[in-house]
Amino acid sequence: MKQFDYVRPATVTEAVAAAAQPGAVYLAAGTNLLDLMKGNVTRPDRLVDVTHLDGLDGIERLADGSLRIGALVSNADLAHDGEFVKAYPAVAEALLSGASAQLRNAATVGGNLLQRTRCAYFYDTASRCNKRAAGSGCDARDGENRSHAVLGWSDRCIATHPSDFCVPLLALDAIVEIEGKNGRREIALDELHRLPGNTPENESALEPGDLIVAVRLPPAARGFAAHARYLKVRERASYAFAIVSAAAALRIENGKIAEARLALGGVAAKPWRARAAEDVLKGVAPSADAFQEAAWRALTDAKPSGANAYKIELARRIVVRALTLAAAGTPARIPALPASPFASTSGAIHA
Amino acid sequence: MPELNLTSAPAHLRHGSSIGQPLTRRDGVLKVKGQATYAADNHPPGMLFAVMAVSSIAHGRVSSLDVAAAKRHPGVVDVMTPDHKPELAIDPEIKTNPFVFRMEVLQSNEVRYANQPIAVVIAETLEAATEGAVLLAPRYETLPPLVGLDAGKSYVPPVVGVGNPSEIHRGDVAAGLAAADKQIDATYETPAQYHNAMEPHAIVADWNGDHLQIDMPTQGLMLSLGRVAELFGLAPDKIHIRSPFLGGGFGSKGLMAGPPVLGIMAAKLVGRPVKLVLRREQMYGPVGHRAPTRQRLRIGADAEGRLTALDHHARTVSSTFDDFYEPAADASHTLYAAPAIRTSHDAVRVNTGTPLFMRAPGEATGSIALESAIDEMAWACGMDPLAFRLKNYAEVEPITGKPFSSKALRACYDQGAARFGWAKRTLQPRQMRDDAGLLVGWGMGTATFPALMFQAEARAAIRRDGTGAMEIGAHDMGQGAWTALAQIAADAVGLDIDRVTFKAGTSDLPDAGIAGGSAHTATAGAAIHSAGAAVIAKLADLATNDERSPLYGAGNTGVIARDGRLIRRDDEGRSESYTEILARAGIAEVEARGTGAPNPAAMEEYAMHAHGAVFAEVKVDPELGQIRVTRMVGAFAAGRIVNPHLVRSQLFGGMIWGMSFALHEEAITDRRTGRIMNADLGEYHIPVNADVPPLDVITVEEHDPHVNALGIKGVGEIGITGSAGAVANAVWHATGVRVRRFPIRIEELLTGR
Ligand SMILES: Cc1cc2nc3c(=O)[nH]c(=O)nc-3n(C[C@H](O)[C@H](O)[C@H](O)COP(=O)(O)OP(=O)(O)OC[C@H]3O[C@@H](n4cnc5c(N)ncnc54)[C@H](O)[C@@H]3O)c2cc1C
Ligand code: SF4
Repeated sequence: MKQFDYVRPATVTEAVAAAAQPGAVYLAAGTNLLDLMKGNVTRPDRLVDVTHLDGLDGIERLADGSLRIGALVSNADLAHDGEFVKAYPAVAEALLSGASAQLRNAATVGGNLLQRTRCAYFYDTASRCNKRAAGSGCDARDGENRSHAVLGWSDRCIATHPSDFCVPLLALDAIVEIEGKNGRREIALDELHRLPGNTPENESALEPGDLIVAVRLPPAARGFAAHARYLKVRERASYAFAIVSAAAALRIENGKIAEARLALGGVAAKPWRARAAEDVLKGVAPSADAFQEAAWRALTDAKPSGANAYKIELARRIVVRALTLAAAGTPARIPALPASPFASTSGAIHA
Repeated sequence: MPELNLTSAPAHLRHGSSIGQPLTRRDGVLKVKGQATYAADNHPPGMLFAVMAVSSIAHGRVSSLDVAAAKRHPGVVDVMTPDHKPELAIDPEIKTNPFVFRMEVLQSNEVRYANQPIAVVIAETLEAATEGAVLLAPRYETLPPLVGLDAGKSYVPPVVGVGNPSEIHRGDVAAGLAAADKQIDATYETPAQYHNAMEPHAIVADWNGDHLQIDMPTQGLMLSLGRVAELFGLAPDKIHIRSPFLGGGFGSKGLMAGPPVLGIMAAKLVGRPVKLVLRREQMYGPVGHRAPTRQRLRIGADAEGRLTALDHHARTVSSTFDDFYEPAADASHTLYAAPAIRTSHDAVRVNTGTPLFMRAPGEATGSIALESAIDEMAWACGMDPLAFRLKNYAEVEPITGKPFSSKALRACYDQGAARFGWAKRTLQPRQMRDDAGLLVGWGMGTATFPALMFQAEARAAIRRDGTGAMEIGAHDMGQGAWTALAQIAADAVGLDIDRVTFKAGTSDLPDAGIAGGSAHTATAGAAIHSAGAAVIAKLADLATNDERSPLYGAGNTGVIARDGRLIRRDDEGRSESYTEILARAGIAEVEARGTGAPNPAAMEEYAMHAHGAVFAEVKVDPELGQIRVTRMVGAFAAGRIVNPHLVRSQLFGGMIWGMSFALHEEAITDRRTGRIMNADLGEYHIPVNADVPPLDVITVEEHDPHVNALGIKGVGEIGITGSAGAVANAVWHATGVRVRRFPIRIEELLTGR
């Protein structure tokens, strides 16, 4: 491996200063970063290990009803927090559908948000990749791209963002708290990840040195607990990234959908919020027709970026199913196979 | 006394005390405690780490390597390249025997496939060697690579598999097809697959003058030893290989490949012990794989559903520089009683590492196509798939007309179907649902694998203290040889298993032959059995010729060896302990050797195969297309079961691999560059625990007096065959969509209807 400096700052301020140097990156659990380093995909000069920083591993409920999740909370701890599961069941389900138990035990909230794409050409350093080496080209464009993006892609990059966790977070309007050179700021999760456009190498709104310190779910996010699901279609029952996934959350009042939230995963360079679909659901009774209509709206702008037209049809069907499952009500317990079509689905399938 | 060769049960032996017992692995505790020393666990003093730099192009030549940059890196000791390496004693391209695998060991700058070793960096630490390999920053002159099943002009290989003719026929296929009421003409594709043993290929090489100590996982100790000897110009007795445990091999550790040779060269170059371990992605090239195939099956059947003809053609690939041809079509030789059968192969050359045997080579690949096509024909005939298979049950081997040495397949069908509840299956597809509304499909496949035998030798001893010893250079790849062979050894010398020292896994022991072809237990077992019989015979001679022994004069009736005693066969009241016999004779121990080998006369007369029937249930989400296997039952008849516990594990493993074949495994090759894009266990999918359903294995009783003295047929590979097709057929039955390209992907179920 390339030799690099390893620093372990004592405070957030020190961390930000250390990471603002060119060639420096934050190290959280390293489940993504170290793989990339071993494969020479990224070759940082300096690792700034944030895992020993104080105060970033708490889950706290704020006075206004928000929930603040420290950036170092592990994926597993969050998913198994009883209060959290009750209030945000789709988020817990998404977390538990990701990676493996061992990885979830290590992986952090901040690292999950900022994990890199799984595009094979990004990983293969002999391939051209605009994300890895700006301006070098994109070998995925005419390559093996059946799992690539169908929304928001550009000719420069057709990669997807692989996180499951981000999908329901986005549906619930999560906010990202950032500590940077100029102090604390916050942005909507929707603004954290960028679409590729002409600069796929610029993946996020973070500036050098920016440290994610927490993710916040606003008070309204609790309102969906009774009708919230995450659904993930993948190539094996567990331990695989989504081909396409969806988080659906409904607030149902008097038999009508007062508010709908819908986001898709595995379809774009960022978790994809489907606001047009949410709009058509507002005020209507949950029904197969309404969900079909929402699914069409959600994918209106979709187009294949390669051998992946099937993902558009699959995404529509997943949207319908996720909404159907959400309308049926959040199950009392997270299914043994979280987010899987093979989680107990009694009554939800209409063929 | 000379060696003893046995083809039938000898007068002086009886089985039953250890063989057949469901012992758990004798090496299990060691492994659980992390005390089993795998090759890469060795660390001789002064050892350096070697890391291969591998090619990122599939065809062309290396035009430059920045050796200076690598050498400047702290900790790097040396960089081995085509210009700087110890010379080999012979050109590694020369095939000195049919089991020579051509290898890339820095003999030139030519690049023949992606991930080919192009240099080796040797350093004080693994990290330094790894970074040194990156700093070499190779430049290439790239030529267009040959990729895929249509890469170039096809040709008919002279042989497929290990010496099988590439084309065989019996009867008039054209006439059979012409006369058929129903015809199937279907083409199936299977992808390239990689063995992906959990333990990567590894070597620790340590030269001491002209003596070479090697730690390396190998499925063929003596083959490896012979190859190392000729490549380095060493006398075989100057080489010692230890391979006590393998973390899986599946064929990829059978023949000596390039990387371990590079490890030995590196150690020679720097004059210190060297360890070289492949990274996972480096296993996708120089150590073999299962070649992709495209198989066309044309089948005819008459109005009653009786086959009239079976034509199985397979296209496959080999490398540009060596020959191995997946004998996929040969799967159609043994199972179904078509009066006319033709199997044929052709191939194209591509820029790939040479394909190799991979668990059930040919059988697995061919089986999924054959079983799918048979299923398609059953449906075309409006028949239940089991009824159709029974109607076409082969009473003699269809391709040769020979009788089977034994064949309990009918019992496999019966018992498997009963356990599974097959009778409740709907004939029509897409008719069954579960409570949740998921589509349910039931499919089946017939399993078969030849009962092979190689050559092996064993040494047995009985000591005056009443203990025994058995020595054989056998290989435990995880299948349980340490246990199963020790069980055979215990019975062979008539002692409790704990009183027999069983030695295996090193090259200074008698040659156990290659651990492959599902033949290791049979072959090594036969050698052990005959060595045991030989040593017992010596002991018996001592007793029966001595007037002072109660066994005096029993030479003609024979004695039985049991619990450390020889017992007169016709009078169990007369016996004498080994200790008494040896003490009286004043001998410390008796020793004898025995061999195991195929019996050409029996092979001439009989077709020898293991059989099985696999039944699978899948559930498919009707809209989303995701598939899950929910139940599998396999009933197998494989001759004598030495250890039911281990056999069940082998069969489970095979069945899981079968579902993996149908639903998961595929190496994805970029068609422009020939590079494999998913060379890691995150993206090269195999089933995880959540994918593996409850598995049910039935071992059907089968006595085979012809295959070998012990009646063992082998269970290592048969589990994959049948299973892959059963799962694929179940997916069709669930959905009504016949997918003919494997692994079955979600998109094909979404768009297939
Ligand atoms: C085999 C495998 C399968 C997987 N499957 C899934 C899956 O199915 N679904 C899924 O969602 N994920 C999956 N993952 C990804 C996994 O979720 C991520 O690797 C993990 O969440 C990353 O967290 P980490 O703490 O290890 O981050 P690290 O690897 O330490 O860091 C990842 C990135 O985030 C940056 N970073 C980390 N923390 C901060 C911070 N606080 N502020 C700013 N930058 C930061 C790092 O600099 C780095 O660039 C899988 C991973 C593997 C290896
Ligand atoms: S899709 Fe994006 S990440 Fe993949 S190769 Fe192209 S530029 Fe790189």
